[in-house]
Order: sequence, then C-alpha cells, then structure tokens
Amino acid sequence: MAVLLTKKTRLLVQGITGHQGTFHTRAMLDFGTKVVGGVTPGKGGTKVEGVPVYDSVRDAIARKRANASIVFVPAPFAKDAAIEAIQAGVKLLVIITERIPFHDALDIMPYARSKGCAVIGPNCPGIVTPGEAKAGIMPNHIFRPGDIGVISRSGTLTYEIVNEITKAGMGESTCVGIGGDPVNGTDMVEALTLFQKDRATKRIVLVGEIGGTAEEEAAAFIERRVTKPVVAYVAGRTAPPGKRMGHAGAIIQEGRGTAESKLKAFEAAGVPVADYPADVAKLLAST
Amino acid sequence: MKFLEHKAKEVFARYGIPVPRGVVVSSPEDIVDPPLPCMVKAQVLTGGRGKAGGIRPASTFEDARNATAEILGMEIRGHRVREVLLAERIDIEKELYLSLTIDRSAREPLIIASALGGVDIEAVPRDRIFMEHVPTNLGLQPYVLRGLRAKLGLSSEIGDQVVDVARKAYDLFRKEDAELVEINPLAVTPEGRVVAGDAKLVVDDNAEYRHPEYAAMDQDRTPLEEEAHDKGITFIQLDGDVGVIANGAGLTMATLDILNLKGGRGGAFLDLGGTDDPKKVQDAFEILIKARPSVILLNIFGGITKADTVAQGVKESLDTLGARMPVVARIKGVNEDRAKDILREIGMHSAETIEEAAELAVKVRAEGA
Repeated sequence: MAVLLTKKTRLLVQGITGHQGTFHTRAMLDFGTKVVGGVTPGKGGTKVEGVPVYDSVRDAIARKRANASIVFVPAPFAKDAAIEAIQAGVKLLVIITERIPFHDALDIMPYARSKGCAVIGPNCPGIVTPGEAKAGIMPNHIFRPGDIGVISRSGTLTYEIVNEITKAGMGESTCVGIGGDPVNGTDMVEALTLFQKDRATKRIVLVGEIGGTAEEEAAAFIERRVTKPVVAYVAGRTAPPGKRMGHAGAIIQEGRGTAESKLKAFEAAGVPVADYPADVAKLLAST
Repeated sequence: MKFLEHKAKEVFARYGIPVPRGVVVSSPEDIVDPPLPCMVKAQVLTGGRGKAGGIRPASTFEDARNATAEILGMEIRGHRVREVLLAERIDIEKELYLSLTIDRSAREPLIIASALGGVDIEAVPRDRIFMEHVPTNLGLQPYVLRGLRAKLGLSSEIGDQVVDVARKAYDLFRKEDAELVEINPLAVTPEGRVVAGDAKLVVDDNAEYRHPEYAAMDQDRTPLEEEAHDKGITFIQLDGDVGVIANGAGLTMATLDILNLKGGRGGAFLDLGGTDDPKKVQDAFEILIKARPSVILLNIFGGITKADTVAQGVKESLDTLGARMPVVARIKGVNEDRAKDILREIGMHSAETIEEAAELAVKVRAEGA
C-alpha cells in the first residue's frame, strides 16, 4: 500500500512534447511508472519515448484508460490543461508548472474537489511511491521503499532530506511534494490524514517553510488525530521578516506564519523539529 | 506588484469605485490647479505615512506648494518620496473598512469589512469585523452582501453604496489578479456619499503577463533586485556579507539558516530555481557578484539541474567580471565530479555536506577579514 499513487496508476503526461515533459517522461518510465499516454494539442498521433501522444485528455483516456495526469504545460496554459483533465475524469492530478497565477489556482481547486480529483501542486516536485511509481521530477536514485511517509512544501530540500533518510538505511512509503504556492491542492492536513490511514506508513516527516499557516494547522491536527510518530523541519528560521500582505493578510494569519510560531506549534504537538535537514534522519532513527 | 495609492485609485476609478479627485506631482512647480482644499499625500510603497509626517492638509495654493516641497524627498521607512498626490479633501462623517484577499487555507477569496475603519484592522475587536469566504467560481452572492450590510449596521442609502463598492471591488479583485484590494478608510461624507479615502492594491506577480501595463511600475526593490527580477531570478539583498546561492526556495532558505546557525551572516539570497540553462546560471552569478559578498556559499542538490553546468556558469562569471572572491561549494547530483574539477581550477573550496560548507564559509571569511 501507499498513498495516492501506486504501480497500478495509469498516468498521462500533459505537455509531453516539451523539453521538461519529454525529459521527465523518460525518468518516470525508468522508475517503473505506467505512463500510458501523452497529451499535446496538435501533436496527436506522434510518440515520445515510445509513449503515444493524443490531442486531448478525453482521447487519451478513451484509448488508454488513464486515471491520473501530470501537467508540465507553461503557466499561461496550465489552468486549461488542469480543467480539461479534471473534467475528463482523472482522479489524481499533479501540477508541476510554477508561476501559475493565484486566481487560476483559485479556479482549479474547488472544481477538482467537486469532481473528486486529488490535486498535488502546483509548483511542486510531484509524488513518488518508491518501488512502484513516480509522478514528478524528483531524482530517481534517492528513494528506497520503506515505511516513512514524507510531506513537503519544498522541492530540492526534500531531495536533500530524503537522500539522508535513504543513506541512513531507512526508506519511504510515499513522498508527497505538495508545493510551495499559496493556493495549492492537497494540503498538509489532507496528506497527514492519508498517511495516518496507510498501513505501509509507520512514521511521517513534515518539511515546512515560513509563510502561511499550513504547519500550524498540521500541528493542531497531529495533536488530535495522528498516532504515528512525526518529525519536522522548517526552512526559513533565520530569514528576515518577509513582506506581509497588508493588514488583511495579517489578520487571516492572526500572528501565525512565522518560524517561531511554527516551531512553537510543533513543540506543543510533541513533534520534534530538526535544526539541520540532515538531523531529520537522526530524529527518525530514534523514533 | 504593489501599487502606489494614486495608481491603485486609477484602477479603482476604472471599475467605478468612487475616489476623490486628485493630481500627482513630482515637483512643487508642477502644481497648477490643485483640488483645494486638499490632502498632500506622500506616494510610497509602505504604510505609516501619516505618522511619519507624509500626509498634510492644505487649504490654499501656497499651503499645497509648501507641503509638497516638504514631503518630496522625505524618507519614510526607507522609502524615498518621489511623488505626492494632492487629493480633494473630503469631509468624513464615518470611516468604514473593506478588503478582499486570498485565504490560502480555505483556497478561497475572503471579504472583510468593518464599521470601525480608519485604523489598523488588527486593532479592531474581532466581533466588530465581518468576514466571509467567497466561492471563487460562483462569486459574491447576495447573502454575503446582506450579511455585510447587517453587521456594519448601515442605513439603506449608505448600505446600497457600500454594497455597490464591494461588488466592484470583487470584480476588480478577480479581473486584475489581485492578491489584495484594501479600502481603509472607506469614507462616508456628511452628505451621505461613500468614497475610497485610501487605496491599497497588490497584484499577483505570476499574472504579470496578463497585465503588461503594470510591468513598468516602480517596485519595492533595490537596483540589483530589479535587475534580477527582470531576468526571472529570485534575489534578495540581506544585511550580512556571505552570498548564499542554492537551487530551490526551500533549500536556499535552509542553506541561509545553516550558515546563520554556524555563525555566518547571509548578505544575499539567490535561488537558482530548477534551471540547467548555463546562461541563467551565469546571469544569477553576475548578480550575486555585483552584491560584493566577501564569500560565496554555493549549495546545489542537482536533481534536474546538472552540477557541471552550474560550475561552468560560476567559472565563466568569475572570469568575465574578473572577480576573485572565495567560493565555498557543496554540489550534489548529476556530473558532480566534473563540477568539482571545474571549480577546483578556480581555487574553490569544496565540502561534502551543507554544514561543512557553512563552517568553511565562516572560516574562509574570518581568514580573509
């Protein structure tokens, strides 16, 4: 078992004919992912890395029974690609694209929810279930099957931490890079819920960042609902105070969002927080 | 993109939100026919203008010129005043508050209003604040506006106008890709007119391509930050003297944290992103070198980014600019051995872990000082 993504997942790649799409299709195939088709409007009938390309998500699903999609299309076209995939019925949508306008994300998320589609991202490294499948851009070699569920708002920092976990002889059940944008799909609390239920996951790692209140909400949820051990890391502890979104932003956060408030929330929830990324693996070893 | 008050008011007016008449000048000589009596208001991208003396009343032409002369050139929280707005003075009977923003947790727009405007909204008791989420795809429904009207206790005449402003503000919020639309105060005049006394507008940088007309606006950036922005590079100038460069926002922040925990001080923060374009790497390095750090701390975890491309970019920028500052590098990933060879040629210090690299950077800096 794993969360959201398994070896049975039949994945489409939207934007497969672009540089990124092609490069990562190869890497995902190498990882063992069932990449059943690609979508690029106007390029239907061609092949990329041996994968058939279709003009629309609907075509691809009709031919290949795909149930998930990963989006590499550039930001100005990403909303269109996402809505097309959700409407066509995919149940997992991974949006790698960065710099998608927030109002486009505001349009995508409730629509996905209404159709029962789980969104990962945008602006994220994707999702990996080691030994089964990868729908993302993380380096293949850093993963090993294991019992640690990883939830992260970051990309490369996740690679760093996962690499340390793997080097220490442990492994991951699933690694979910939920993305760093203000408006995203699956959030920390939803990912925690999935890992708490997942029998293959025994321990959980949370990689957070300053800004927003996702970590505080996660900490409160852990205290009430999560029985598995959780270890956290928060990036940006020594960053100077960032720009805040006027008074309206401040009032939503009610003073939350700083590194200090996140560390305090984790402490209150009994979640150890690593000072250095490399210490996450050490803390896990003692759980 | 942050908007100066007068720029925000231009946008407000385009959406039919009532704003006081006004003129913008960058020199007292430019004042021809001010809307007297008026308020002379410093145009800077920061709050606290009033307390800093950046807002003054003027009743006569002479007053307006004097106030303008005094306010221009002032520095308010590090922001030099280059323009002032001379805005028609409105008699205010009551000050309201209205804003629209994105609630990231709910992934929905949030409308906030209060009958206690004119002060920081944080200072207003929570039970006097109206707050409601707006379903993005459905928009501002009448029940939300009924709720707002009731909570603020508005008369029907004033209520109609406030609701009209709220509708227009939401329209603006969506169509202009705003992260924040804030009207504080939303003024009610003795004659019963509702007018935006001030205007705050922040538009999502990611949507800049949909609003090219805003791209040329001055932003709250140093010249180097501006250059980086134009090249699509995330660069922030800090107080310390160690230049931190890494790939990915989280990793860059973590590298800065580790440097600070090891006793160093970050002087610049540069996120290379997921690029393996040698030109972009070189652009990024040139910007960092121009910030004149005493040491550069480079931390790359190459998943997609090829380590040798980054190393080549470093070498070329140092050569091009003839810069000879020490570089401490920790590079992991594709072609990492080739990367280390390239950097060894330019006398770079190499480390296996970020902690070691940070310690080394602190040591090299101490030796150089």
